[in-house]
Amino acid sequence: MSTYEAGQYDVIVIGAGHAGAEAAHAAAKRGAKTLILTLNLDLIAFMPCNPSIGGPAKGIVVREIDALGGLMGKVIDKTYIQMRMLNTGKGPAVRALRAQADKPLYIQEMKRLLEEEPNLTLRQGMVEELIVKDGKVQGVITETKGIYRAPAVIITTGTFMRGRVLIGDVAYESGPNNQRPTIKLAENLEELGFEIVRFKTGTPPRVNNRTIDYDKTEIQPGDEHPQHFSYETTEEIVDQIPCWLTYTNAETHQLINDNLKLSAMYSGAVRGRGPRYCPSVEDKIVRFHDKSRHQVFLEPEGRNTEEVYVQGLSTSLPEYIQREILKTIPGLENADIMRAGYAIEYDAVVPTQLWPTLEVKAIDGLFTAGQINGTSGYEEAAAQGLMAGINAAAKILDQEKCILDRSQAYIGVLIDDLVTKGTNEPYRLLTSRAEYRLLLRHDNADLRLTEIGHRLGLISDERFARFEEKKRLIAEEKERLSTVRLKPTEQLQQLMEDVGGTRLKDGILAYDLMKRPEVTYAVMEQVAPAEKELADDVKEQVEIQIKYEGYISKSNQQVERMKKMENKLIPDHINYDDISGIATEAREKLKEVRPLSVGQASRISGVNPADVSILLVYIEQGNVAKVSNE
Amino acid sequence: MEQDTIAAISTPIGEGAIAIVRLSGEEALAISNQLFVGKDLTQVDSHTIHYGKMADPSSGEMIEEVMVTVMRAPKTFTKEDVVEINCHGGLASVNRLLEHVLSQGARLAEPGEFTKRAFLNGRIDLSQAEAVMDLIRAKTDKAMNVALKQLDGKLSKLVQDLRQKLIETVAHVEVNIDYPEYDDVEEMSHQMLRERTDEVYQEVERLLSMAKQGKILREGISTAIIGRPNVGKSSLLNAFVQETKAIVTDIPGTTRDIIEEYVNVRGVPLRLVDTAGIRETEDIVERIGVERSHKALKESDLILLVLNYGEPLSEEDRNLFKAAAGLEYIVIVNKTDLEPQLDIEEVQRLAGGQRVITTALIEDKGMDALEAAIADTFFAGELDTGDLTYVSNVRHIQLLRQTLLALDDAREAMEAGMPIDLVQIDVTRAWELLGEIVGDTVQESLIDQLFSQFCLGK
Repeated sequence: MSTYEAGQYDVIVIGAGHAGAEAAHAAAKRGAKTLILTLNLDLIAFMPCNPSIGGPAKGIVVREIDALGGLMGKVIDKTYIQMRMLNTGKGPAVRALRAQADKPLYIQEMKRLLEEEPNLTLRQGMVEELIVKDGKVQGVITETKGIYRAPAVIITTGTFMRGRVLIGDVAYESGPNNQRPTIKLAENLEELGFEIVRFKTGTPPRVNNRTIDYDKTEIQPGDEHPQHFSYETTEEIVDQIPCWLTYTNAETHQLINDNLKLSAMYSGAVRGRGPRYCPSVEDKIVRFHDKSRHQVFLEPEGRNTEEVYVQGLSTSLPEYIQREILKTIPGLENADIMRAGYAIEYDAVVPTQLWPTLEVKAIDGLFTAGQINGTSGYEEAAAQGLMAGINAAAKILDQEKCILDRSQAYIGVLIDDLVTKGTNEPYRLLTSRAEYRLLLRHDNADLRLTEIGHRLGLISDERFARFEEKKRLIAEEKERLSTVRLKPTEQLQQLMEDVGGTRLKDGILAYDLMKRPEVTYAVMEQVAPAEKELADDVKEQVEIQIKYEGYISKSNQQVERMKKMENKLIPDHINYDDISGIATEAREKLKEVRPLSVGQASRISGVNPADVSILLVYIEQGNVAKVSNE
Repeated sequence: MEQDTIAAISTPIGEGAIAIVRLSGEEALAISNQLFVGKDLTQVDSHTIHYGKMADPSSGEMIEEVMVTVMRAPKTFTKEDVVEINCHGGLASVNRLLEHVLSQGARLAEPGEFTKRAFLNGRIDLSQAEAVMDLIRAKTDKAMNVALKQLDGKLSKLVQDLRQKLIETVAHVEVNIDYPEYDDVEEMSHQMLRERTDEVYQEVERLLSMAKQGKILREGISTAIIGRPNVGKSSLLNAFVQETKAIVTDIPGTTRDIIEEYVNVRGVPLRLVDTAGIRETEDIVERIGVERSHKALKESDLILLVLNYGEPLSEEDRNLFKAAAGLEYIVIVNKTDLEPQLDIEEVQRLAGGQRVITTALIEDKGMDALEAAIADTFFAGELDTGDLTYVSNVRHIQLLRQTLLALDDAREAMEAGMPIDLVQIDVTRAWELLGEIVGDTVQESLIDQLFSQFCLGK
């Protein structure tokens, strides 16, 4: 069968998972004529693993995606079955939203939004080959012999590349959830010279809601007043559905131990590297054998389905053992498995082969995003998809590209880590990966990124105007509080005692009073009310910005120091072999990563301070022409 | 370009009668002026030199008598404001001066950084580029070697232990943050955090106080050589000086009236007290009187008691044993080239468990054994200088200071009722600073700790 010309586009996105959907939407929104090709149009933004979005660090990423004009926040806000703000007892920097998603609804809503996008074409099809000429990507060829041409292609194939599912001693070639794996494209990438690693992840069994005895479990309800991811969401979902908590026990652990050799993980059948932060239940029991129990969360997969996700029981034990395991767990004694848990191995691209724009260094116009880059998690995937979409459109339409730095967004931390350090296990964002997490808060994602989103054409003028107004109100209120001097009246002293503080010694500026931990904005409203009541998000900002001013400015100083090195750009045509004095290991690493700035170079493991100094001297002395900006 | 002000000792350590602490950067003049008692250095002409004293601005305590050279940008080595403080060349005094300069806000220069700045500011010809790079490389490697050598196993282990305490605490907080539903670990409270950081705080403080007291390598082990006239005390001193070739200098101290020699014996620095006295009169006991010598003895960390093999044990010798009783000492039976007159058995008995070494210094015999005995005494930890004798490196001291500051910030934040996750930022900083001492600051190790300490799922 011969090929046929199927169409000409600016940007082609391969795959329509969380990365693909954001990539296609962003590229189209920026004005690129975009095509999204996916194996199955009924599974756009499908969640093959847990039915939840957000959580620490990840939830902040969703807010960032939204502030940049992405979709994930909007879609989950419309389709959640439960919403919780986590870490409310801690500081503002680590608060994070997490939603339980209605999986089928999420798919529908995402599909609807993509279909609405005028510049975007959706098509079902399996891509088998990239067309690459003279180091430039020119399009793709599908299984059904369609040739789609475009100067930019974004690969977002998730865990499909040479996917292999393992359940006990059963193994078969497959993508997640028994979808067809991507074999030919994987071979094609290898031919094109990509360095590939083999990673592994897994999921637990899903059981039928009607067969669970919830009386033996603890309820985990959502927040009474749910907050939202998107700054555009105005309506809340009232009838939230709870999750439930139960535990494994000695009997469970004995059973798993006795059958360990049957697990694909422990029989040697799995070769791929799995993530430590999401261990299989086998791993938990082997590595932490002194623990008497492990938590098991029961999470509904949606409103209109009986399937319940058994969070915490990720496993590659044989199906019949999985049934036995459930029998030992309170509430699940009679649980009926609807889908068995499994491990999945897949190919991932070594991400140091990418520029921070997520463009492949070796092939012009080709981008990769999402799990294919060695990450895990829907949020990490979506974030990369968004950035790849933005930068692919930028490349074709000659627009502004976007690289976020580590002080601007968790997205910046994520991508910088990937392209600078690489990863030897599926990469998950953690708050501890961010040096400036006090600056990267849930509450200020809009303040950090809306302006960029607007400039990139992804945030509407109307939303931007609203944002500017919010900023103005915050500034005004802070200004006002710094001019109000409070006298230590008996009334104020009494109030201070009532809220658990100490009496004032003297008069004090309202602004300074607010720095006391017990003085919330609500307290301030009693003492020095604003002329006109402010919106909750403005109040929140005023309080956080004043209360944590000391820490915030300390972080900002650190950022300033970092920026100095970040702003020293390394010319593209630098030849590391010409620089004498750089240690061999550092030279190899620099040649591999090809950092854009001295700052990035300094974060490469194996490049020590002396190498950085030498590099700096080499650049500054004019051996290579200085670059102002690319 | 780089805005901060750097400082370092710019003369080879231990090789001259004068040492120079050099500062470069915008704050060079202001920082020097903080310490300088004399003219207002910020007002003096460029390229002028000024006599005065350096004093601790908080206590007013005198540090050093100095000559300060002020050179304003751009006609300086680095093209920045440069101040050179000339002081007496003893390691102790110049280190003390450098520490004060650093505590006023200068940053310890990286190896080769003055040259690097000179280069980056266009002071050095482009053709010298490679030489500069080689220099940076060499200096860095050398500094690393030196730092590693100075990083004794004990200090390294201690710092590692402190880091471990901190990282476990940090990982605990991180788990609370990243896995809020993980019920296996209790929520870190202010009190728990306070207790754990206080432990580390006290340890670091102890390390630093040892450093301040001079009970460290930097100042050396205060060592007294005692013995009757003509037993060979000055030969012993000369032998040390020649053997080790490490004599620093005479320090006619500005605030002290005794004279010290500083020698390095197999990595053990000895500060030989009142050695000048030995040189001049050969008779320290006679010269300064019994009372004074006893006082000097009591203040010593180590006593070298010298006897003459060619003479029988005298009452005076026996008195020396009494004086040294309860202190750490080594008996040196010198002049074994002479006819034996000394009752070795009695000497052994008087010495109790202390080491007895025989030497014939005039024939260069026995120094090896003596040096080995000194090194052994020192490294075996028998010497009562505490077990923290090893914080000698100014960089280490500076890092320990910063660690304390970070922990101070953490305390302050806790007292102000800041949330744990903010306090933890300071604790993490302390952990990183300690890591710089042992050469390990990789963020990844925190994540490793997280996953090895806790079994995490959701």
